[in-house]
Amino acid sequence: MREFSPLCDPLPDAVGVGYKPQHFADILDAPGPVKWVEIHAENYMGQGGRPIAQLRALAEKFAVSVHGVGLSIGGAGPLDPTHLARLKHLIDWVKPASFSEHLAWSTHGGTFLNDRLPLPYTAATLQTVADHIDHVQSLLGRQMLLENPSSYLAFDTSTYSETDFLAELVKRTECGLLLDVNNVFISATNLGYTPHSYIDAYPLAAVGELHVGGHALDQDDHGAPLLIDSHGDAPSAEVWDLLAHTLQKTGPKPLLVEWDNDVPDWNVLRAQADVAALALDQVATK
Amino acid sequence: MKVQTQFREALFDAARDAPRGLQDGAGNPAGSRYDVYRNNVVTSLQDALARNFPILVKLLGEQIFGSLADIYLHQHPPQSPLMMQYGDQMPTLLAGFAPLEHIGYLADVAQLEIALRDSYHAADADPIDSSTFAIDDAELALTTLTFAPATALIHSVWPLFDLWRFNTEPDAPAPQAVPQPVLITRAEFDPQPHPLTPAQCEWIVSVRQGDTLGTAHAQALQTDATFDLTPLLTLLLTKNALTKGPQE
Repeated sequence: MREFSPLCDPLPDAVGVGYKPQHFADILDAPGPVKWVEIHAENYMGQGGRPIAQLRALAEKFAVSVHGVGLSIGGAGPLDPTHLARLKHLIDWVKPASFSEHLAWSTHGGTFLNDRLPLPYTAATLQTVADHIDHVQSLLGRQMLLENPSSYLAFDTSTYSETDFLAELVKRTECGLLLDVNNVFISATNLGYTPHSYIDAYPLAAVGELHVGGHALDQDDHGAPLLIDSHGDAPSAEVWDLLAHTLQKTGPKPLLVEWDNDVPDWNVLRAQADVAALALDQVATK
Repeated sequence: MKVQTQFREALFDAARDAPRGLQDGAGNPAGSRYDVYRNNVVTSLQDALARNFPILVKLLGEQIFGSLADIYLHQHPPQSPLMMQYGDQMPTLLAGFAPLEHIGYLADVAQLEIALRDSYHAADADPIDSSTFAIDDAELALTTLTFAPATALIHSVWPLFDLWRFNTEPDAPAPQAVPQPVLITRAEFDPQPHPLTPAQCEWIVSVRQGDTLGTAHAQALQTDATFDLTPLLTLLLTKNALTKGPQE
C-alpha cells in the first residue's frame, strides 16, 4: 500500500464554490453555507500580486481545493516537467485540502490546446494514465483526485466503460475520484445511456469530492440533443436530481458548485450554494 | 498514441474532416460532435488573447481583433498551460503584419499590455522609503538601487502613454505626436504606466543596469542639462518602485 501523509485536514463534507476574483470581498463578508473554495491551479502560478494575495487571504478562512486544468494527465507524451514544478511549488505553499485534475489530455507535441480533450478507454491508455497519476502523486507526496470528463463523442477503439476505466485507475494508483455529476448528465445525454446507471456502476467508495454546474443545450447532426459543458448557468433540475441520487449512495461529501462563464453576482451563486447545502443536509440527517 | 495526433491535427483546421473512429455512443459517426472540441479550443484561445490585450481589442474592434487572434493562434499556438502568459509573440506578429501596418503603434501597444500583465503577476517586494536617501551626497553618489520586479520600462517612438490613457480613461486628451518612454509601477496590486522624459528614461536605464546614482545622474544630465531627479524619485518612492530585495 502506498502511504500518503495528509498535509492538512481534508475538505469538509460541506459546500464549496469555484472561486472567482470578482467575488473576493463578498465571499469573505457573506459566505453563507460555503466552507471551502476551489481555485484553478494555473491562475495562481504567477509570482505575486493580487491573485496570490487573494489566495493567501482565502486560505486563512476557507479550506482550499486546488484544481488543475492543464496537466494533461491523459496525454500520450510525458507530463511537462516545467508545469509539474510550478504545480509542486503551488501545492507546497498552499497546502490545499485537496488536489484534483481531469481524465483528459490538453497538451500534444508541446502545444497546449486549452480544452479537456477525450481519450479512448483501452489497456494502453489505462497504463499511460496510471503512470502519469503515479508520477504526480509521488512528486506531490499526496493523493490526487481524478475527475470524469464531459463527453461529446466516444471512440470505436474503447474496450473499457468509463466507470470500469476509473475503477481500474483507482485500483492501480490509489488515487481518489472527483465525481462531476453535471459531467455524468452531459455524457449520458450525449452518448445515450442513463445517468443513474453510470452512478450505479461508478466506484463510489473512491469519491473524495462532488461537482455540480450548469450546461447548455445544442443538437448534433441528427437533431439529437447535445449538451455542452458551459459552466455558464445554474445546475439544471436534472443535475440536482442526479446529485440527490448520488448522495443517497455516498452520504455527505465535499460538494462544489461551479459557475465559470457569465459569472453572476455573489448572491446568485450563493443561492445555488444554499441549494447544494440543502441537498447535503437531506442525507446528513438520515 | 496516434489517435491524439489525428485528433489534434484537425482541431486547428476547420476544412479537415473529423478524425476517423469517433462515434456518438450508438455507433453512428460523430460528425459535428467533434466540432465542439474544435470550437472550445479556438474560442477559448481567442478569448484568452482578448483578455490579455484589451486595448488592442478597443483599438481594432472585436471583429478585426478576432481575425488577428485567429491568425495568431494558428501561427503561435500556446506552449504552456498558463493562459495569463499567452500572446508573447503578439508584438512580433504585429510588427510585420502588412494588413495593419498603417497603424504603426500596435506592436508597441501590445508590448505595453504584455508588460502590464507581467507586472500584475510579478513577485512582491519590500519597498525602500526616503530614509535610504538620508545620507551625505558623497555616499549617495555611490549608492545603487534595485527596482521592484513589478516595474518595467518600455521604449517607444510613439506617444505610448497617451495612447494607453486615451483608450482607458474617459475624457483623456488626444495623444500628442511625441515619443513617450513608459515606466510601469505597481504600488500594491494594480500596474500603472507613467510617461517619462528622455532624461528620466536615461536615469532609469542606468540605475537598472547597476550604475551608481552618481553615474546615472551624469547620464541623465548629458541628455538634458536641466534634469532634476526630485519628481522622478518622488514617483518611484510613492509607487513602491524601489526595493531592498524579494519579499519573504
